[in-house]
Amino acid sequence: MAVTTEPKQGTAVVGGSDPKIDAHAKATGQTVYADDIHLPRMLVGRLLRSPHRHAKILGIDVSRASALPGVHGILTGADLPIRYGIMPVAQDEHALAIEKVRFHGDPVAAVAAIDEETADEALRLIEVEYEELAPISSIADAMKPDLPLIDSDRHGEGVGRQVNRKGTLEFGDVDGGFARADHTYEDLFFFEGNTHLPMEEHAAVAQWEPEPRGRLTVWSSTQVPHYLHRTLAKVLELAPNRIRVIATPVGGGFGGKSDPFSHEICAARLATLTGRPVKFTLTREEVFYAHRGRHPVLMRVRTGFTEDGTLTAMAFRTMLDGGAYGSYGPASVYYTGALQTVTYDVPTYKFEGVRVLTNKPPCGPKRGHGTPQPRFALECHLDKVATDLGIDPIDLRLRNLIEPYSYSINHLRVTTCGLRECIEIVDAESGWREKHGKLPYGRGVGFAVGSYLCGAGLPIYFNDMSQSEVQIKVDRGGGVTVYSMAIDIGQGSDHMLVTVVAEVLGLRPNDIALVAADTDLTPIDLGSYSSRVTFMAGNAAVQAAERMRDKVFAAVSADLGVPVEKLAARDGRIFDRDDPNIGMDWPAAVGVASVLHPPLVTAGSYKTPKLAGPYKGGGVGPSPAYSYTASIVELECDPETGVVDVERVWIAHDIGKAINRVSVEGQVVGSVYMALGEALFEEQTFRRGYLKNPSILEYRSPTFLEMPEVETFLVETDDPEGPFGAKEVGQGPLLPVIPAVANAIYDAVGVRVDEVPISPDKVVKALQEKAQGKEPRVGPKAMPEFDYGEPVKVDPPDQLSLREVLAP
Amino acid sequence: MAVKSTSRQLVALNINGDAYELAVVPSHTLLEVLREDAGLTGTKHGCEQGECGLCTVLIDGRPQFSCLTLAIEAEGAEIRTVEGLATNGELHPLQQAWGETGASQCGYCTPGMLMSAQALLERNPSPNRTEIREALAGNLCRCTGYQAIIEAVELAAERMRSAA
Repeated sequence: MAVTTEPKQGTAVVGGSDPKIDAHAKATGQTVYADDIHLPRMLVGRLLRSPHRHAKILGIDVSRASALPGVHGILTGADLPIRYGIMPVAQDEHALAIEKVRFHGDPVAAVAAIDEETADEALRLIEVEYEELAPISSIADAMKPDLPLIDSDRHGEGVGRQVNRKGTLEFGDVDGGFARADHTYEDLFFFEGNTHLPMEEHAAVAQWEPEPRGRLTVWSSTQVPHYLHRTLAKVLELAPNRIRVIATPVGGGFGGKSDPFSHEICAARLATLTGRPVKFTLTREEVFYAHRGRHPVLMRVRTGFTEDGTLTAMAFRTMLDGGAYGSYGPASVYYTGALQTVTYDVPTYKFEGVRVLTNKPPCGPKRGHGTPQPRFALECHLDKVATDLGIDPIDLRLRNLIEPYSYSINHLRVTTCGLRECIEIVDAESGWREKHGKLPYGRGVGFAVGSYLCGAGLPIYFNDMSQSEVQIKVDRGGGVTVYSMAIDIGQGSDHMLVTVVAEVLGLRPNDIALVAADTDLTPIDLGSYSSRVTFMAGNAAVQAAERMRDKVFAAVSADLGVPVEKLAARDGRIFDRDDPNIGMDWPAAVGVASVLHPPLVTAGSYKTPKLAGPYKGGGVGPSPAYSYTASIVELECDPETGVVDVERVWIAHDIGKAINRVSVEGQVVGSVYMALGEALFEEQTFRRGYLKNPSILEYRSPTFLEMPEVETFLVETDDPEGPFGAKEVGQGPLLPVIPAVANAIYDAVGVRVDEVPISPDKVVKALQEKAQGKEPRVGPKAMPEFDYGEPVKVDPPDQLSLREVLAP
Repeated sequence: MAVKSTSRQLVALNINGDAYELAVVPSHTLLEVLREDAGLTGTKHGCEQGECGLCTVLIDGRPQFSCLTLAIEAEGAEIRTVEGLATNGELHPLQQAWGETGASQCGYCTPGMLMSAQALLERNPSPNRTEIREALAGNLCRCTGYQAIIEAVELAAERMRSAA
């Protein structure tokens, strides 16, 4: 249920810019991350990884390693035979490979030893006999009919047998939509894979309290303590009530710590086996193999437009290179088709998507999960359409914007939408009209928009339970403690929680204690993914706080003889609104409430409204609200070298309401940064299926020297279902920046690079093509043949007036 | 064949003004010794190859990658880590400014970034934006987009100048 909050106006701490409650612990080195944990008798765990891309395991001999003094435990796949995976439909992973390895870096064995040197020596002494199989290194390889099956439990013949998931959907009469068009356009795009590169290498510590109590504790740098808890119970065959998962503050996630991982499971198993604590910390190279990053996606966009620039039809086709395992892939494939429709009024829409397995580190969710690739394609495509129609790219967008409070053609419920305002702001602030098409050769501006979820509308495993719950306890000294399983991954969830509670109770964020992300101590939150925490945990916290406030107000009312409805809480006092002199300070109010309404413990919960569309795949895309962003990039592109220097970025984001302005602006600028890295140079490159650049130096990411000035503008649409009106900001602002860069390059030098990253060599090549009178473009020329099958035809939604039903 | 990983030698280190006498593995880096032997886990690691800047500490006032420095090389030097920035329980102006501008998100790059910033301000109390960017370019951050960090260094520099 949506939680309504009041007062929405005149907040005391919501909307402020207080330093985050964890800021000073982080700046003094006090924050304890997973690798900072040291327990007595702790062993060092290490993973042996496959040196082959695709191979059968014929045998593993651990006898020499076992004999090494200081080695306390060794595991191979046979010790952990139960399959798992983050999604119920993709239970295709083993903690350690059984029978075959699927990529270079796939874990094969694990050791726990007295120190790192001994553990490494033990890995060298493990003998594994492999029989290499032909590797599948690309989407094109995966479409070949004669290469060995990667998932040997699956059966299939010919083209399509490496398919992990496919979906084909048609909304409305797409052929009719194209028939109504005056112009039809088609483009191909490719988005290369890239990775999160969190500064913190994944780490996990496990400790086992022996039987008869038999309790396992796992500390991990995970974004999803709840899903890790479930996975450990399944794979270790331990009752969930014997397992405690504590997510430590995550030193960078971006989606990369959202799957259960081998090192977490092996730490737990080795702790139960040895009776000693075991810690695994991945090396930087291993972090590249753990991956779960951005899918490489090949895309085809077709649209129909009338002469005046009105969209009549859109058809989107995607092929995702999934890497070696399922991970979030079944959702990822649908995400490549889900959110094109929440920015524009798309009257008829067809989506065809397929994800194939390849022998590469597994892909998964990275900031924007499955939506940055199609957003790049769509926004570049629209830039080309605008050029062809002779319409300004901004005006083309404005002509086709979705209306607030309407259903998209694929049944997504759009409520607040500040996209028009966002566009108008960046248009005016950047001086777009004086710049676009008018700057000297080599200099250009580019524009694009985007939208993202405020939390996935459905949990990862089907259930009807709440998605987030928060408890509040008030002690007799007036101390308030908030309990939530939400884990702060740097996005500021800790501060968000204490801020909304402080607002409701009339306190300051620093007055509130927080216990977070501990499955023994805190009630459920599904995790820090899909930009769900502010909306879901925030709403649960507001509800718990309001219930606590009700208890305190009732007691104060009885004590002072002031009606409850006249009471207010602010600045550490409960008082009569009409006569603020009548009241008492918070500790005194708590004293009264402790007598009249004990116990001072309350709870709140949040569950999304029922939003899923009436079709298979309709669970991907629904969200209780959508954030919106518009961005303009100005850059210089050297036509000699192809080097692009981004000089300034204007970005406006519909946040609903900023709970903390500094945190929100930090998420916007951080998203711009990550987008620029992806747009210009971040990529995973492979040579014959081996990752070429598994190091920070070779995987180039932007430094201080490449990062331009960013001008951030926040648009507050006051979402009626968000906590204090808030929506998401962690992911959405990344989306428009990548295509805005590509469009600015076109404006600067008149060539299209329809492929990310836009490295200098591609720009130069496109300029050479242009000079030779060829198509001034670099990008994919065809998609492999694949039968997506007959589409599931879905009737358009009944456009009853959402505005009448829902708008405030 | 057991590895002689535990043959240790005594080393005297001056860390944040405190004298430590530690039995360390000679092949261990200052990073490892700080975190594992001295218990100073404030200093982080992100690559152990001198590529990310997370492990930056000050050695005789110069920012150095502690992952590329052997602990035994640092004997006799004045080593400063993030734990030594605050004095008498009061935040250093950089730490204060860090919170105000939102220069830490996940916070994992923060300790190393702070030490590089401190080294900069010690040699140049009034850096311009270009000088800040150049001085910190060896420290990576994946969260902030660097803007809040630059603002924090400017804010702290201004306050330190007016307090001086």
